[in-house]
Amino acid sequence: MPDAIDRVSIQVTINGQSYEREVEPRLLLVQLIREELGLTGTHIGCDVTYCGACTVLIEGNPVKSCTMLAVQADQCEVLTVEGLEQDGELHPLQKAFSENHGLQCGYCTPGMLMSSMALLAENPDPSADEIRKGISGNLCRCTGYNNIIKSVQAAAKEMAG
Amino acid sequence: MYPAPFHYHRADSLQGAISLLQELGDSARALAGGQTLLVWMKLRFDEPQHLVDLSRIPGLSDIKQEGDQICIGALTTHAEIATSTLAKTLPSVRDCGSGIADAQVRSRGTIGGALGSADPSCDWPTLLHTLDADLTCIGPEGIRTLPVSELVEDIYTSTLKPAELITEVRFKLPPANSGGAYCAFKRCAPAYPTASVGVQLTLDGDVCSNIRIALGSAGLTTITSKEAEDILRGNPLTEAGIDKATEVIVAAAEPVPDQRGSEDFKRAVLRTLVKRAMDIAVRRCRGETIKGHHEYA
Repeated sequence: MPDAIDRVSIQVTINGQSYEREVEPRLLLVQLIREELGLTGTHIGCDVTYCGACTVLIEGNPVKSCTMLAVQADQCEVLTVEGLEQDGELHPLQKAFSENHGLQCGYCTPGMLMSSMALLAENPDPSADEIRKGISGNLCRCTGYNNIIKSVQAAAKEMAG
Repeated sequence: MYPAPFHYHRADSLQGAISLLQELGDSARALAGGQTLLVWMKLRFDEPQHLVDLSRIPGLSDIKQEGDQICIGALTTHAEIATSTLAKTLPSVRDCGSGIADAQVRSRGTIGGALGSADPSCDWPTLLHTLDADLTCIGPEGIRTLPVSELVEDIYTSTLKPAELITEVRFKLPPANSGGAYCAFKRCAPAYPTASVGVQLTLDGDVCSNIRIALGSAGLTTITSKEAEDILRGNPLTEAGIDKATEVIVAAAEPVPDQRGSEDFKRAVLRTLVKRAMDIAVRRCRGETIKGHHEYA
């Protein structure tokens, strides 16, 4: 066990709001988001980089926040599921998941939404296969995925106008 | 899960990182993307007292071509490589990079980190064996070139010296009449491959003038077989020759039975993957465009 651990000052912008904190180096990004900042929309599932429930976007890239230290996110822009809604209006992806039964228990949904965000930013009109590949780092134990794929396709259509 | 407590140091230069690692000694680890190391630490397989974060060191995440040499900075992420111009030129690089774990891991994990972890389940070392890649390593004693085949001594044990870091992966662009393939079989995207195979093959007419085959997740280190390659090299490529070479390299594998399958199952998967990778490589030699990729169970 090392001697007294120095806390590290970090600044993170989450959903457009800047936060400054002194954190223990071993604090995981997901714990910063959930426990320090109270943004509990990001879920912890497996805690070992498998299930993707904790997916957030860092500088637009999808990341499993259980496998990133809060200190590694210093000076970064983070988007969590809470940042999708704008002025009380659900994001087209959120609306599409709701309308197409893209969720049952809802535990994986925040991660599914964030992975889908990243996918649609890179590929605004993905095929069903491309969606399957895009969300392959996110596990869902309820839906069988088909309605999630429908939801992402519906959102893509809506977003294309 | 929390990792055990550790001190955090952010390096702003390569020399700074090396000096810090030298000063902190055995109790320190270098942190790149953390997609292997942080999981090990959370599971308490490793409890370093110090982490030296390399990720902010500038100049280590470029892909460059110098003449016929390709240089990939050690901090280049799997996603950056998979979507690069290089991946368009070399489909085996695209197949390998775009199939590593999932989009989330690919945006953080780096090629240097995957190599340095000396994990035989990682995809890059297998592919890089087929390209005869060299690693540029810099440590307290200076700079040296390490062939990728000499990087790993044993599972999770590299031949890197204390405080030595991989800074760059270099390989020669294969000639136009050469084709490569990388095929892996996985239970699902986030899982490590059950088995994987890389092939790089050069054809002069019907004669196989050069061949490299490497197996991943097939033993404690990457598996190669000079004997298998010698069966094919210098001879016209025939189905019988490919069958024989496949049997020889699959026999050289030492797959470890685990939750992904028994030894026999893994050998069967390897046999299929070698033949599939050979087929893709031969067709790419002849100019066909083929989608090769990781396969899921």
